[in-house]
Amino acid sequence: MSAESTQLNRRAFLKLSTAVGGGLMLGFRWGAAEVVPAKPATFKPNAFLRIAPSGSVTLLNQNPEIGQGIKTAFPMIIGEELDVDWADVVIEQAPLDTEAYERQVAAGSGAIRTTYQTLREAGASARALLVAAAAQQWGVAPQSCRTAKSVVTHPPSGRSLTYGELADAAGKLPLPRSVTLKSTKDFSLLGTRVRGTDVPKIVTGEQRYGIDTKTPGMLYGAITNPPEHGQKLGSVDDTAALKVPGVVKVVSWPDKVCVLATHTYAAFLGKDALKIEWEAAAVRESTARLSQAFADAIANGSGEHRRRVGNVERALDGADRVIEATYEVPFLPHAPMEPINMYADVKADSVHLLGPMQTPANARQLTSQLTGLPETKITTEMTRIGGGFGRRLKTDFVEDAVQASRLAGTPVNIVWKREEEMIGGNFRPAALYHYRAGIDSQGRLIAWHLKSASITGRGAIVPTNFPNGAVPHFQVDNHRVRSAITTAAWRSPNHNVCAMLDQSFLEEVGYALGKEPLAFRLELLRQAETDPYGNINYEPARLRGVLEEVAKMADWGNPPAGRFQGIAAHYSHHSYVAQVAEVSVTEGNLEVHKVYCAADCGQVINLSGAENQCQGGIIDGIGAAWFGDMPIVDGASANTNFHTYRLIRMNEVPEIETKFLKTDYPPTGLGEPALPPASAAVANAIFAATGVRIRKLPFNANDLAG
Amino acid sequence: MAQFKLIVNGETRTVEADPNMPLLWVLRDLLGLTGTKYGCGMSQCGTCTVHLNSAPIRTCMFPVSAAANQSITTIEGLSPTGDHPLQVTWREMDVPQCGYCQGGQIMSAAALLQSNPEPTDEDIDAAMTGNICRCGTYLRIKAAIKLAAQRGAAQ
Ligand code: FES
Ligand code: FES
Repeated sequence: MSAESTQLNRRAFLKLSTAVGGGLMLGFRWGAAEVVPAKPATFKPNAFLRIAPSGSVTLLNQNPEIGQGIKTAFPMIIGEELDVDWADVVIEQAPLDTEAYERQVAAGSGAIRTTYQTLREAGASARALLVAAAAQQWGVAPQSCRTAKSVVTHPPSGRSLTYGELADAAGKLPLPRSVTLKSTKDFSLLGTRVRGTDVPKIVTGEQRYGIDTKTPGMLYGAITNPPEHGQKLGSVDDTAALKVPGVVKVVSWPDKVCVLATHTYAAFLGKDALKIEWEAAAVRESTARLSQAFADAIANGSGEHRRRVGNVERALDGADRVIEATYEVPFLPHAPMEPINMYADVKADSVHLLGPMQTPANARQLTSQLTGLPETKITTEMTRIGGGFGRRLKTDFVEDAVQASRLAGTPVNIVWKREEEMIGGNFRPAALYHYRAGIDSQGRLIAWHLKSASITGRGAIVPTNFPNGAVPHFQVDNHRVRSAITTAAWRSPNHNVCAMLDQSFLEEVGYALGKEPLAFRLELLRQAETDPYGNINYEPARLRGVLEEVAKMADWGNPPAGRFQGIAAHYSHHSYVAQVAEVSVTEGNLEVHKVYCAADCGQVINLSGAENQCQGGIIDGIGAAWFGDMPIVDGASANTNFHTYRLIRMNEVPEIETKFLKTDYPPTGLGEPALPPASAAVANAIFAATGVRIRKLPFNANDLAG
Repeated sequence: MAQFKLIVNGETRTVEADPNMPLLWVLRDLLGLTGTKYGCGMSQCGTCTVHLNSAPIRTCMFPVSAAANQSITTIEGLSPTGDHPLQVTWREMDVPQCGYCQGGQIMSAAALLQSNPEPTDEDIDAAMTGNICRCGTYLRIKAAIKLAAQRGAAQ
């Protein structure tokens, strides 16, 4: 990619403002392009870049950090085009003008992708203004000036001025009509290692999270959810709860009870002392009932076609051989380390919301409905988030805080005991998958049919996954079964299981055909690349690229003595990731020794953050597949805390080696894409080690002793 | 309700509390020291780890009465300047993701290095398995502990 000149026809993104205390103040708008108003007149910046006469470069925004590192990554993009000295950069949380500062949805790996161009243009525009100011002062052509490390120089005359010295003058110049963005080969900041902005505060315990919120007059609230999925609240006897010292009030609203107290311990004791009658759910839910219902739906139902290429039924009828297998995955809670919590202060004429919410716009809308107040009277403040994994895209806990504050007439910080999160639903959906593959007389894969059953409307499937495009007859169907159990997106939604299932079944087919796993994938990818069947949403060459790279890294086919390899590749959230896992199984005990990871996520922003995200995704992917289970028995969640809901721990974590492919594509996120292939690579390695094909998650529900 | 004297990060503090009240809530809600975190309330995750007379304890199940008149160190008090060798390596290696578990991780690691300044990989695993990191920063945690131990040994 060469240096590109961008016409700032999207002028709506940028605006010069007057900075308090002088200097240059550039307002811009980030987030999804569609949130930018069409008319510049109505344009309101939601972030500001300020260069002070002192030379400090400040980025002001309200940007929730959930652990993906965007709070550091975004300023790096601006800083690259601005040619700033990273040591001068200060990142500040904006004041509480939520209307101006809010991003629409602070979710997922999309954040970087949609914002990259905007941030680059903002940085380049500020740089152009500083250069113009210097050129004017020196009476030279701007083109003859250079910038580096927060200084403008004029090489022919040897003059130089710092950004701080130029800031005042630059702030008075008109915005440039067009700016030139750097060529990626000239990047000096992007792709390097920069430490997370908040790390110093985290390691000293200073960093505040939503759960740490305390304001004058505030009460702590302990929430009780129905103990069985789908139950309704009957009557509440709070006599004993109110006797607990420190308990102030007990309030309830449909299907929730909240004990309010002067400290969390009293709130928890009061919660335990409640005597509540719950009305039975219409169906007493259980994993056993759902498994059966899923199987029945797949056997009898017609299902909704989510993808249809060619004619699968006819192809399977005419096939020489049909290979089939059934896979099953359990419910999974999110278990973010910071328990669910939210602060609300509901007053007669205003509401303030503060806490770990990822969808502040939805929170405000909901609060407006609950209180009858217009949205303009509702302010939101996002705290740093102690993990979300999808859970905090929901707003149910915002409702809890608003209801409790409204009913109690005080500010409240509600918290769900860990058990309440496990009991309370909003899980990754359990699902059943029935695969059939048709092989013709020449040993070619000619048909692929996946029938899935789950409890969500669109199904727990990704109908576009590879080998889509490589098989002439390809169909994916969803069968919906109704359930009272609530669901929520779980890190890398649907991909988190479908990668494992698709990549496992693909290997089953490969083995049946006597094909080597890597060679089989490459052969299918060549087909998708040269002559795809139907539309494909991924680039086969890039998927091939990461596969070939990881095979090299891991010396595929030559594992260290006593270890067995498994391979997987997956495309999700616009990124391509392939992994090789090395495992051994001794007397049925799995050990994952090493995972090699090759990722093509376009331009890497912060190498340190990217590596951390890959490691986290791989560890999470393996941990969830190995141990993650949430059986529903007699209507209730069987695992209620970390003693039975197992998370992966340090002694179970593999060594990880990550490589990012150098490509000229714009950045695509990494918070999610590294996760899906990990469990697939391990499952395939388990098969190589034991001959046991994992068809039911978690891994540890399988007998690996063979 | 009873009065308890606690020596928290070198300062004597007096609290009025139910003797069974876990130290976690005393620190967080009564003393405003929110660096010690609630994660599970049943000694399963380690986010609530502090030192009691330099030994690591899980405060979520540790009654305040059992800590009376004793010396407690929280993450806020681990080093007055924030320069404990582990805090330094934690920053250098850019360990945290969401960061919520990290105070507890550092407190567990600090207790380990105090009793065992040159831990093996197995020692580190054994001392740290009680601390969950949901974001999966385990490899960097381990590397940061090893680096701090190496520097300690070199001195
Ligand atoms: S909160 Fe104490 S160990 Fe989890
Ligand atoms: S950094 Fe998020 S739980 Fe450890």
